[in-house]
Amino acid sequence: MADENGKQTETESRPWHQTVTLLLVSLRLAALVATSTAAGLMAFNKETKTVTVAVVGTNPILQSFTAAFQQTPAFVYFVLANAIASLYNLLAMLLRPCLKNRGRQVLVHLLDMVVFALVVTGAAAAASMAELGKNGNKYARWNPICDRFEAFCIRGGVALVAAFIGAVLLLLMNALSVVGLTCKNVTSNNN
Amino acid sequence: METVLPLPTLQISTATYNLTGMAKVLRVFFLLLRLLAVAATLCAVVIMATSHDSTTVFGITLEAKFQHTPALVFFVVANGIAFIYSLIVLFVPSTSLLSRSIIVFDVILAMLLTAAIAAAGAMAQLGKKGNSHAGWFPICDRVPNFCDHVMGAMICGCVAVITFLLIVLYDIHQVLSPKFP
Repeated sequence: MADENGKQTETESRPWHQTVTLLLVSLRLAALVATSTAAGLMAFNKETKTVTVAVVGTNPILQSFTAAFQQTPAFVYFVLANAIASLYNLLAMLLRPCLKNRGRQVLVHLLDMVVFALVVTGAAAAASMAELGKNGNKYARWNPICDRFEAFCIRGGVALVAAFIGAVLLLLMNALSVVGLTCKNVTSNNN
Repeated sequence: METVLPLPTLQISTATYNLTGMAKVLRVFFLLLRLLAVAATLCAVVIMATSHDSTTVFGITLEAKFQHTPALVFFVVANGIAFIYSLIVLFVPSTSLLSRSIIVFDVILAMLLTAAIAAAGAMAQLGKKGNSHAGWFPICDRVPNFCDHVMGAMICGCVAVITFLLIVLYDIHQVLSPKFP
């Protein structure tokens, strides 16, 4: 790896460049895990409660109430955004050998920003809905639902935390890839 | 680490002349975009802050204010921060040290604005359509003035988000150019 005939600057910048690349790959893997956890947890988030509404003679009339993620458009968008983000991260990791070209790396960086924006907006919308479900809004006469559907709320909360962690990891990855792109700019001029 | 190796002088002079014309046009365009960002964030803050409506149902007065919903408060605060930042950035000269920090803050604020408009959008959809599964009834038919104000503020917020994202794209273009300090 250390080129004896090469310039001094090449061997100096190689270890830093390798550290940046290794960090990027590990950040992308962690973000993949976080976003896929969030999408999967919210997608299987469903709770049904059966309540006795009335008693006719000796037969109780039961009615079941369901809380599912499909009922709230914000949660649907949350699942879709995190699924797209995890698929994109998986593809970006699998196709790494094809992306050595500088133009393609700029494209990957731009798509990274788009995916980060998706995850952030999904998490923000789901967080506002979750806050409403937990605290309600007494001015609009909207009652909270978390006291009745506890498991639904807990699972949704964990999915939300995973999505926020994924968003932070994606932000770090974006910042680091800008550093990686500028550092390659310097090294490619020295070649 | 060494910097770029010096190119032949003739190549440098023609390259800088060609770049200066196009770079000047881009700079003027993005200065106008920053002015648009100032205007859009100010409009979003003002329109949302003046949203207030009340209605009387069975003798009980129901008031709709943006302070009742944390997502709308977050929207106002985020656009307020973006407005102050955009004003400050207009008066910062393009020296090298500050311009790097400005790029970082541009990205952070663009993401803050997108999160704010996403949260406000979720609340607005709920206010307009309600959620029959949770027993949450829509409120827009009872307080239409409030809903119109929120819609106007969200349109301004959307314009602000798109403007900030374009500014971030220009910052990336500047960072990736070979003449970046």
